Amino acid sequence: MESLMIVLVGILVSVGTYLVLSRNIIRVIVGTAILSHAVHLLILTVGGLKKGDVPLLSHSGGPFTDALPQALILTAIVISFAVTAFLLVLAYRTYVTNGSDDFQELRGMSDE
Amino acid sequence: MSNIIVLPLIIPIITAVILVFLREHIMLQRVISFLTMVFISIISFVLLEVVQTEGIIKIDFSGWLPPFGILFVADSFSLLLVLTASIVTAICLLYAFSTIGEHHEKMFFYPFVLFLIAGVNGSFLTGDIFNLFVCFEVMLLASYVLVALGGEKVQLRESLKYVVINVVASWMFLVALAYLYGTVKTLNMAHIAERVAEVGQDPMLTTVAILFLVVFSLKAGLLLFFWLPGSYSVPPTAVQALFAALLTKVGIYALFRTFTLMFPLNPEVTHTLIGIMAGVTLIAGCMGALSGRDIYTIATYNVIIGVGFILIGLAVGTEEAISGAIYYLIHDIIAKALLFLIVGMMVYLTGETVVKKMSGLIRNYPLFGWIYFLVMLALTGIPPFSGFVGKVLIGIGAIEGENFILLGIGFASSIIVLYSLLRIFLASFFGETIISLEDEKKIPKGALSSFVLLAIIIVFIGVGAESMSGYIDNATRTLMNPSIYIEAILKGGQ
Repeated sequence: MESLMIVLVGILVSVGTYLVLSRNIIRVIVGTAILSHAVHLLILTVGGLKKGDVPLLSHSGGPFTDALPQALILTAIVISFAVTAFLLVLAYRTYVTNGSDDFQELRGMSDE
Repeated sequence: MSNIIVLPLIIPIITAVILVFLREHIMLQRVISFLTMVFISIISFVLLEVVQTEGIIKIDFSGWLPPFGILFVADSFSLLLVLTASIVTAICLLYAFSTIGEHHEKMFFYPFVLFLIAGVNGSFLTGDIFNLFVCFEVMLLASYVLVALGGEKVQLRESLKYVVINVVASWMFLVALAYLYGTVKTLNMAHIAERVAEVGQDPMLTTVAILFLVVFSLKAGLLLFFWLPGSYSVPPTAVQALFAALLTKVGIYALFRTFTLMFPLNPEVTHTLIGIMAGVTLIAGCMGALSGRDIYTIATYNVIIGVGFILIGLAVGTEEAISGAIYYLIHDIIAKALLFLIVGMMVYLTGETVVKKMSGLIRNYPLFGWIYFLVMLALTGIPPFSGFVGKVLIGIGAIEGENFILLGIGFASSIIVLYSLLRIFLASFFGETIISLEDEKKIPKGALSSFVLLAIIIVFIGVGAESMSGYIDNATRTLMNPSIYIEAILKGGQ
């Protein structure tokens, strides 16, 4: 199961990297979102997939699954959600103000 | 007593939330935000004194003992940085009051500055590496907003690149965290250090360490600084000064913590790499500073030179070098803030950014001109000012560590710093004045007082280096002997 997850993470990272390297702003943002999903899966996998019962004393006597990766992922999801939302708004404003959604044209060399 | 460690993080957040509701009351916002920063400065000074007598103090949130819970740790190194950062922020706010403009003030400028400082202080104080990530993000989100606030064409363009770079860097931080957690199964920094020491720093852990090096280098502008000149030259002056003073320094702090506490065992690989990166950063920064024609470019490349110089201290890693790096770090926070405030004021007064188009400013504004002269000497490392002690100690450390290449590059960079800043002084401050008496703009009182305050601090650190040495020695001792830190956290009891 772990190896399957790692392959999935690898595919997601390569897709994300491909998108981040493109010139279109929206593609870059989607790329960062996919990269963040990939790393969440990575945290889950290297933290150890389900090895035991729920970590609640009243429900079982152990061995327990490590609950920390979930907590980390939850925090990371919230952060990446906020950053992606901000990034989308920023991209829209940049598009409206600068009249382009192409990073090549946003280099800013010609007019300075 | 140890509860007050959390105040430098929690007070700015609470005040920022309150300020959001006081949007229309600009005067009130100014007073509250300034008082908040003064209050935090006082608290961090008190904490610094406590740490001197009682040793490292910590707070385990909701009573979860380490290594299980998140905790804040206050040692001399982090408190010195919290103190300096808070004072500099207070002074930058003083500058902002008279220059930032009503539009910014009504668009939640002060709350975002407070969120920024909350993230910065949190990063300095936390003892948990995932919490460090979260504090980084708090700081970065505030900085994204501050770069873009104003909504001009260049600002939006540069902020977009700044945000994307930092999102990718944060992603790599998470990857590094995932592998670290997979390898050592803990996130408490002291506990990581202990586990790493138990198993020895095997190649897997060294790889993780290098991943952290890449992440923090992106934030600190060490070698991977390509994003820095663009995004640091677009926001308003007060924000620029805050960024130049604080943001890269948080990355440097993280590098020091990582490579003195958690991964100090394989210096042939990691510290050599840091040394090479610092050397290349210095050379590239010098080239940028020499080739720049407008003052923003010169000033931003000076930030990069500063980063490279501090990291020499870490790369060499002897006791003298580390304490020199701490001195220089504190000096650099203050001097870079002053440099950027002055540069911004020059642009405001003349309406030009190109060095050669300005001339004779010192005739119109003598005090302003001499303060620039002072910060130039301080950044170069001329004796009575703040940069001197740090440079000498890093130099001594490099000689002890027999790292003569870095020594040479480091001191050659000081000459380049002098040259690049002297060029501004000769071209823009001396010579025929271009501003006639009629259309001479006045320097706002708040701005002038912020220059004077920062200049006084620079002189004080230079002349009174002896009075700081107790704190710095304590900080160095903790950095050099990770066992002090580890024992205080894991065996501290409470």
